[in-house]
Amino acid sequence: MGDDSKKADKSTIIIHSGDMDKIYSALIVSNGALSMGMEASLFFTFWGLQRLQKGGLEKGPLSKMHFLGLGKWMIMGRMKKANVASLERLLNDFRELGGKVIACEMTMEIMGIDKKDLNQDIIDEYGAVGTYVNEARNSKITLFI
Amino acid sequence: MVELKIDVTGETCPVPLVEMRKALRKASPGEIVEVVGTHPASKKEIPMAVEALGFELVDVEEKDGVWKIKIRK
Repeated sequence: MGDDSKKADKSTIIIHSGDMDKIYSALIVSNGALSMGMEASLFFTFWGLQRLQKGGLEKGPLSKMHFLGLGKWMIMGRMKKANVASLERLLNDFRELGGKVIACEMTMEIMGIDKKDLNQDIIDEYGAVGTYVNEARNSKITLFI
Repeated sequence: MVELKIDVTGETCPVPLVEMRKALRKASPGEIVEVVGTHPASKKEIPMAVEALGFELVDVEEKDGVWKIKIRK
């Protein structure tokens, strides 16, 4: 191992957090990778799965200074002023450019999330650790968010 | 001649990069895509992406904070 020449130009990110700002980071990095000619996968697990629930994409709290929603409301205001794209737009772009969304089946059980609660239209595949390792072992970029 | 024009004026990261990629996917080989925008980092990063994608950077110009980048697919 350690032979980078065998690795594909690919980015694989584990989204463990459901925090709004962290979902932004994951989607921005992935969309950048796709735009620069790489492949990209997002592996949603634990709290990240809540963002795949129907209507749940934009519902995450702020990772710091959420203050019962006041902090998020303030940041959302600043983001609107800076003309930052919505998570919905970023996810649509991600999928249009060929990005793959994977939902972790094992943690769905822990989180009490059923497949019928999830937005099936945006999920390409269900998997477990083997799926992640298979994606990540051939990726030049892999991150845990 | 420019065949495909993309305006990302006022848009911020990562939209200019993403819109450039979407336009280049739609373009036919040999066609020229022109991207117009104001996001400062993208003026530097779009040429980086063009190189990574293996396309040809034809021209980069900037006037009063508005840049125009021409790419041949």
